[in-house]
Amino acid sequence: MASVLKLAFSAIIIQNVILSQFLGICPFLGVSKSKKSAVGMGAAVVFVITISSILAWVLYKYVLVELEMVYMKTIVFILVIASLVQIIEMFLKKFSPTLYKALGIYLPLITTNCAVLGIATLVAESNYTFLEMFVYSFSSAVGFLLVIYIFSTIREKLNRMDGVMKDIPIALITAGLMAMVFARFSGVI
Amino acid sequence: MKKENSKLHILTKGFIKENPLFVLVLGMCPSLAITTSLENALGMGVAVVFVLVMSNIIISAIRKIVPNEIRIPVYIVVIAAFVSIVEMVMAAFLPGLHQALGIFIPLITVNCIILGRAEAFASENTVFDSFLDGLGMGLGFTMALAIIATIREFLGTGGITIWGDLGFVIGKDVETGVSKYDIFTKFFTTPAGGFIVLGIVFGVVALLQNREKAKKEAAAKQAQETIKNQFSKKATKEA
Repeated sequence: MASVLKLAFSAIIIQNVILSQFLGICPFLGVSKSKKSAVGMGAAVVFVITISSILAWVLYKYVLVELEMVYMKTIVFILVIASLVQIIEMFLKKFSPTLYKALGIYLPLITTNCAVLGIATLVAESNYTFLEMFVYSFSSAVGFLLVIYIFSTIREKLNRMDGVMKDIPIALITAGLMAMVFARFSGVI
Repeated sequence: MKKENSKLHILTKGFIKENPLFVLVLGMCPSLAITTSLENALGMGVAVVFVLVMSNIIISAIRKIVPNEIRIPVYIVVIAAFVSIVEMVMAAFLPGLHQALGIFIPLITVNCIILGRAEAFASENTVFDSFLDGLGMGLGFTMALAIIATIREFLGTGGITIWGDLGFVIGKDVETGVSKYDIFTKFFTTPAGGFIVLGIVFGVVALLQNREKAKKEAAAKQAQETIKNQFSKKATKEA
């Protein structure tokens, strides 16, 4: 149990997907201008990363390795993610219109979010057991949600500034300061 | 003559005017993750140029037979195929670089630059034009990566090292690899340093863009005024 908690804490804070592994920078900069869109995107990412990682892990361990077709992993994973996103979109539209309204517009963007393919490839090639894989991918996605939310609250204030550093440059420097803070948590474990 | 110019324009527009990283702000993930050393940045650049050129050629060649509704999945599969080729070749011949770039090689598949060029250019233009566009954009991206990596590696380690012997060293002890001066700190090769260096580089780019804009506006204003003056002179003469 302790090791699982340690894995979760490390995935959320220390090895944060955005601030330490540089995955998913495009949505991090693109949809963090308001709190509402940041939370919508983050929630959609948690959903998709968790499911796609499970699928990728099972496919890799029980299909690709068995058939000795590991070299096909990138093509297989990206197809799984693209179709998964499509299926989730159709499913939500039919069964939960309220959730679809909240997450709908972010779902198509997720296919090209590198955090999704990145986490899927990482867990597939790791030696994690099923439980560890689940905890790791879910916590990584929660880390994404956490950071994009904190960042959007800061950025709402930064929107008012003017000058050459406005928008992307100041956003990157803010992210750098956040990365410093998050990296310091490595002393906790 | 004009046609020659337009071909040249397709090739060179990716270098500065529409630089994929600095101007279009695409492909941010690799530009932060693998710019800790110039060697990695150049390796990544070559891989991206190959994938971008090949996928642009193929997508342009099949642009008329792909149904519009499923074009994005088709493009992604074409791109993923070339990424797999790059990954296998790199693992076989450059294992060190393959290790250093790690997860970011398969992630070329979801690099917005490649899908972006497929959607915005290759799906509407001829094969040769798409080839030029891919080459230009890829080289522009490589150049941007190299600039950031040079700054980060130099400030982080006190020197630049490429493939063992090439490169130069100013503030680094060659044998131990430790920097001699305080200004060269490891901070610049950490994630936080990457964000801050990239932020400052983007700030400088914005500054240059603003200056260019101001210059153009001033020139336009001057031209307008000279025309106005001429007109008023003419008017007074006639009067």
